[in-house]
Amino acid sequence: MKEYHYTGPVEHRFSPYSFNGGTVLAVAGEDFAIVASDTRLSEGYSIHSRDSPKCYKLTNTTVIGCSGFHGDCLTLTKIIDARLKMYKHSNNKSMTSGAIAAMLSTILYGRRFFPYYVYNIIGGLDEDGKGAVYSFDPVGSYQRDTYKAGGSASAMLQPLLDNQIGFKNMEGVQHLPLSQEKAVQLVKDVFISAAERDVYTGDALRICIVTKDGIKEETVPLRKD
Amino acid sequence: MALFDVSGYKSHSELRGQILGTGVGHLIDRPNQQFAVPVGVDPSGFLKSCSREGGVSIDLNHGTTTLAFKFRHGVIVAVDSRASAGSYIASKEANKVIEINPYLLGTMSGSAADCQYWERLLAKECRLYKLRNKQRISVSAASKLLCNMMLGYRGMGLSMGSMIIGWDNKGPGLYYVDDNATRLSGHMFSTGCGSSYAYGVVDSGYREDMTVEEAYELGRRGITHATHRDAYSGGVVNLCTMQEDGWIKVCKEDVSELIHRYRKGMF
Repeated sequence: MKEYHYTGPVEHRFSPYSFNGGTVLAVAGEDFAIVASDTRLSEGYSIHSRDSPKCYKLTNTTVIGCSGFHGDCLTLTKIIDARLKMYKHSNNKSMTSGAIAAMLSTILYGRRFFPYYVYNIIGGLDEDGKGAVYSFDPVGSYQRDTYKAGGSASAMLQPLLDNQIGFKNMEGVQHLPLSQEKAVQLVKDVFISAAERDVYTGDALRICIVTKDGIKEETVPLRKD
Repeated sequence: MALFDVSGYKSHSELRGQILGTGVGHLIDRPNQQFAVPVGVDPSGFLKSCSREGGVSIDLNHGTTTLAFKFRHGVIVAVDSRASAGSYIASKEANKVIEINPYLLGTMSGSAADCQYWERLLAKECRLYKLRNKQRISVSAASKLLCNMMLGYRGMGLSMGSMIIGWDNKGPGLYYVDDNATRLSGHMFSTGCGSSYAYGVVDSGYREDMTVEEAYELGRRGITHATHRDAYSGGVVNLCTMQEDGWIKVCKEDVSELIHRYRKGMF
């Protein structure tokens, strides 16, 4: 058996980042918001864990979904939790979803030159009780949306959401407002499709439904291959 | 807070911040925001160097066409609404006009996060100016503040091409400020990757004595034709106008409908 070796100089570099996969999705309705994520944690060709959800509860009315580099996701959520506590202690009330979004933007921009490799989406209720979704880029640029997909399968899911929720590219269709049941079913269908075609998405789906009565969690199995 | 800024007071929490690093926030306003920088690496090339290994690809939201021009009755501001991250369209309805106060507008092109952050900081400085001096800040001073912020971070890879539009004692004001700390006053500017197309359209249709409706139409055409030819611009045209009593939002129209109107013979 002939053996092969590479016998030249090799450059070794330390990269502070790594890509751990995962997809996150948020939808805002009239009086509810849904944040959903898959639970697969991967790196390269391996799966580290099948039970690592990417939604984190921040307050009774806000949930954040973070995908990208898992190390930065954990640190970022720790920092957000600390800042939320500080706000609660000095202002005697919880932060609203809009305020959390603005704060996250400055936290992310504080690392403009060495970014957190995290794609964030915040879903929750605003001060009027209406659903709100805020989507971010890794350095803090953000805007309020009705629906947004982020993470490894985002480019596959976003056009599907544009069509089903935004009624884009369809003619002669009635623009019905999205009910909570229909939204949950849509999220499940959309993740099933993502798991079919994206290697980094799968295993299970964790859905967090935010309403004025609190946050409800649901877990649905996905393809494990 | 304003009094801390003026008196140069150093509270112990600021020293703690320097010891513990900038990760955790402070209870008070931070007068000197410190940014975390990767050690031993040139910040402007750092992100690109990380983006080739192990599936890591950090794409920041970018790209635009914006334009603004002065005419007899005020200033017209027109922007597109596409935010792209690499080749993916991250948003079709990004808001690229930042409302600093009812008499000052800022536009955004280049890196979305840079523009949002520094123009929001500019809004804070303009408000502080108003509180300290009991009169509104001039457009010239506001653009100079932004220019000096950019000068502090020159060479570190920020990307921002912005126009500051306002109305003060000297009349309508239009300044162009960019990440190299260039600051220019003028009658017409266009920024972003689609700017060359917009310049062509606006230069050929511009007359100083246009009516207000003609000016709106010229702004719309400039952006529409730029989005038609530039891949990184698109979405909707957001049109605003600056008048003596402040700015108003004029319209928001989808470019695909506009281009059909303007190029009837073509399609």
